[in-house]
Amino acid sequence: MNMHSPMNHCSLRAVTTGQLAAVAQECLDQQMRFLMAWHDWEGQQCVVRYLLSQKDNPEFVLLELRGTDSIPSLAALVPLLGWYEREMQDLGGLHFTGHPEPFPLIIHEGFSVSQPPLGINGGSGHLSGLYQPPTMPEVQGDQVQDLYWGPVRADVVETAEFHYSYIGEAILHYHPRLFFKHRGMEARFAGQDAQRSVYLAERVSGVGSACHALAYCQAVENAWGIEVPPRAQLLRVIIVELERLYNHFHYFGQLSKTTTLKVGAATGFLMEEKVKQLAGELTGSRYLRSLLRVGGLRRDLQAEHLAHALEPIIDEGEAYLDRLQQTATHLDRLMGTGILSQNAAFDQGATGPVARASGLDRDLRRDHPYAAYQKLRFNVPVRQKGDAMARSEVRAESLREAIALLVQAAGRLKAGPVHAQYDVPSGAQQGLGWAETPRGTLIYAVRIEDGRLQRVKIKSPSFSNWRVFPLTVHGTNMMDYAINEASFGLTIAGCDR
Amino acid sequence: MPLWTWTGLKAGKAATRWPQSGPDGQEGVLGMPRLNIDACRSGCDLCVESCPTQAIHQVDGEPVIDYGRCIVCQRCVEECPEGAMQSSYDWAFGVRQRSDLIWSSALESSAAEDLRKRIAASQRRSLHIRHVDAGSCNACESEISALDNPFYNLHRLGIFFTPSPRFADLLMVTGPVTAPMHDVLLATWEAMPEPRSVMATGTCAVSGAPMDEGYAGGSGLEDILPVDIWLPGCPPNPAALIHALLLLVERMPQKVTGGQYAR
Repeated sequence: MNMHSPMNHCSLRAVTTGQLAAVAQECLDQQMRFLMAWHDWEGQQCVVRYLLSQKDNPEFVLLELRGTDSIPSLAALVPLLGWYEREMQDLGGLHFTGHPEPFPLIIHEGFSVSQPPLGINGGSGHLSGLYQPPTMPEVQGDQVQDLYWGPVRADVVETAEFHYSYIGEAILHYHPRLFFKHRGMEARFAGQDAQRSVYLAERVSGVGSACHALAYCQAVENAWGIEVPPRAQLLRVIIVELERLYNHFHYFGQLSKTTTLKVGAATGFLMEEKVKQLAGELTGSRYLRSLLRVGGLRRDLQAEHLAHALEPIIDEGEAYLDRLQQTATHLDRLMGTGILSQNAAFDQGATGPVARASGLDRDLRRDHPYAAYQKLRFNVPVRQKGDAMARSEVRAESLREAIALLVQAAGRLKAGPVHAQYDVPSGAQQGLGWAETPRGTLIYAVRIEDGRLQRVKIKSPSFSNWRVFPLTVHGTNMMDYAINEASFGLTIAGCDR
Repeated sequence: MPLWTWTGLKAGKAATRWPQSGPDGQEGVLGMPRLNIDACRSGCDLCVESCPTQAIHQVDGEPVIDYGRCIVCQRCVEECPEGAMQSSYDWAFGVRQRSDLIWSSALESSAAEDLRKRIAASQRRSLHIRHVDAGSCNACESEISALDNPFYNLHRLGIFFTPSPRFADLLMVTGPVTAPMHDVLLATWEAMPEPRSVMATGTCAVSGAPMDEGYAGGSGLEDILPVDIWLPGCPPNPAALIHALLLLVERMPQKVTGGQYAR
C-alpha cells in the first residue's frame, strides 16, 4: 500500500459506502456545497473523491471512498453529482447503484471503446460507432412535435444537438446532447511531464485558456509547495482579468444579437476585438496562451502602462453598458426570461454569474483567494431574480470589476522575478488548483508521481451550467430560447473536454 | 431610449481596409517560429525534444519543421541555445498543398491545379461558407466569429457564412475530427453542391496535433476529405483566416512554400 499524499487546502474525511449517504446529508445540513466528484485508480485500488466547499471557510472538505468501484449513487440527494457519476461510469468503468438517470453521458449511445479510457488498466482502443438518437423521455400528446436541431446548426457555433418537444411556441421538454467534441483531455495528461503540460490545459477551452493554465499551474504548485513571486501573481491576475474582459464583451455582443439589437451586437463584438488586440500587443497571444508556467510566468510582461492603454476601452465600454441598460426593447426580452430559482441553482450545481444571478453569493477569488486577489479590492455582484436580466446585470458589474482589477493590479506592479526556482520532487503528490473563470468555478485536481502526471481531473464551469440550463427551458417558449441561452454564456468545448 | 442607429453612424466605420491598406489588427501577435538554419548547431536536438506536438524532426543533423503540427507555443524558441529558432510575426500560413507546410520540401504542381484555380477564381466575388466544428477547443470558432465583427467585416470582401450546406461553396472545418463528428462531417460535405472546397482550419484540423493521440482524438482532415486549403495556427488569427480565404479564391498569393515564408 502506498502512502497517500495529502491534498492542499482540504480537510480529509474517509468514508465507506455504508456511511456515504449519511455523511453527504450531514454535509448538506452544514450548508456545504458539493463542487465535484472524480475517481482515480491508485494501483489496483479505486478511489472516489467528493470535493465540497464550506460556508465562510476557505478550507475545502474532501470525502474519500477507497477500495470499491461499485458505489451507491448520491444523485437523488445531491442532483449536481448526477453528471459526475455518469461520467465515472462512462470513462472509469465504475458502477453507481440506484442512479436516477442511468444513461450514457460522455460516450454516446451507439458508440463504444474497448476498455474504459480512465479504467483500472488504463485505456486502450479508440472510440467508434454509429449515430443513434439519445435516450429521451417519452412525450405523447396531440400536436406534439419533435425537433432535432444539430449537431451542425446555423451560424458559426460549437457542435451540439438540441432536442425539443413542443406544441406551437411552447416547449414541453428540452434536451441538449453534448460531448460530440469530447477529446479525452483528462486522459491526454496522463503520463505527461507535469511541468510541460500547461499547453494542454490551455487547449481545453479556447476562450478560457488563461484560467485553465492558471488553475492547472496552481494545482501543480500546490502539489509541490512552490511559492510564486509577487510580480508573477499580479501579472497572472492581469492575464486572467483580460480574459474575463473580452469574454464579457463577447457576452453582451451575443446577447444583443439574440434580442436583434444590431448595433448593440456589433459594438459588443468590436469591444471584444479591441481587448483581444490589446492582449495580442501586450502578450503576443490574443488568447493569452503560452504565458504561464509552473512556478510563475514564462516571460515578463510590460504591463505597467496597462491602465493608459485601457482608457478608450473603459470609456466606450461604460457608454455601451449604459446604452444597453436604457434600451427597453432589449431589457423587455430579458426580464422574466429563463428563471432559475436559488434552490435549483444550488442543487443542480450552477456556478459563476449564473449562480450569482440566482442569489448564490460565491466567488472563488474572494472565498478561496489565489494569485494576488487577496491584495486587491473588488465586489462580487449578486442578484436574486434568476432571470436573463439578472444574469446580464451580474455580467455587467463583473465586467466593471474586471476593469477595476486590471487598473489596480497594473498600478501595484513592482520589479522582481516572474518565476520561482524549484526542484521537481520525487515520489507522489496531489494538488488542487482553482480559478474563478468568466463562467464560474474551474478546478484542476492532479496526482503526480516522480514529476509525471498520473491523473488530472478538470471540473469546468460549463459542465456545471449546461446541466442547469435545461431547467430554465422546460415550459418556456421557442422565441425566448436563444436569448436565454445567450444569457447563460456557455461554452461547449469546456464542458465536453 | 438610446438611438442605436445614430450611435452607430456617429461611431463611423470601424472596418479595416486590409489587405488593400490599413492595419491587419495583429500587431504583436506571435506567429510560427522561424528557423535560421545558419545558426543551427549540428547534432543538437533540443528543439525536437522541446516540441510538445512533435512538429520538429531531425533529418541529416538538421531540424525539419512541419508547420501543420505547430501550435505556436514558442517553446522551441525558448529552448534553442543558438537562437536558430526565432519568434516571428509570420501567421499567413494558408497553403494549397499540405507538403508546403513542411520545411524544405519542393513545391509540386499538377495539371489538376489549373482547373482548380479556374473554378476557384469563379468564386472571387462571392464565396459562401459552411463552418463545421469537428471537436475544436472553441478558440478557432472565436476567431472565425471575429471575422464578422466590425473590424474585419468579412462581408466587405464578398464572403459570407451560410446556415445551409446546400448554399455553401466552402466547408470550413475546425477540430481534429472526433469519432461522433466523422459521419456528421461527411454528411455535411455530401450535402454541398459542386464545385465545393474544403479548408482545414487550425492545427487540429490540419494534422490533429496535439489532439491526435488517445481514445477520443482525431488526426485532422488528411484522410477524410479532399482539402483545398490547409491553415495551421492555434488558433489562426482573423487576418490569417482572411488571407487563406482570399488565397482560395485567387485574390491573394500563397505566402509559404516548402515551409518557408515569402517576404
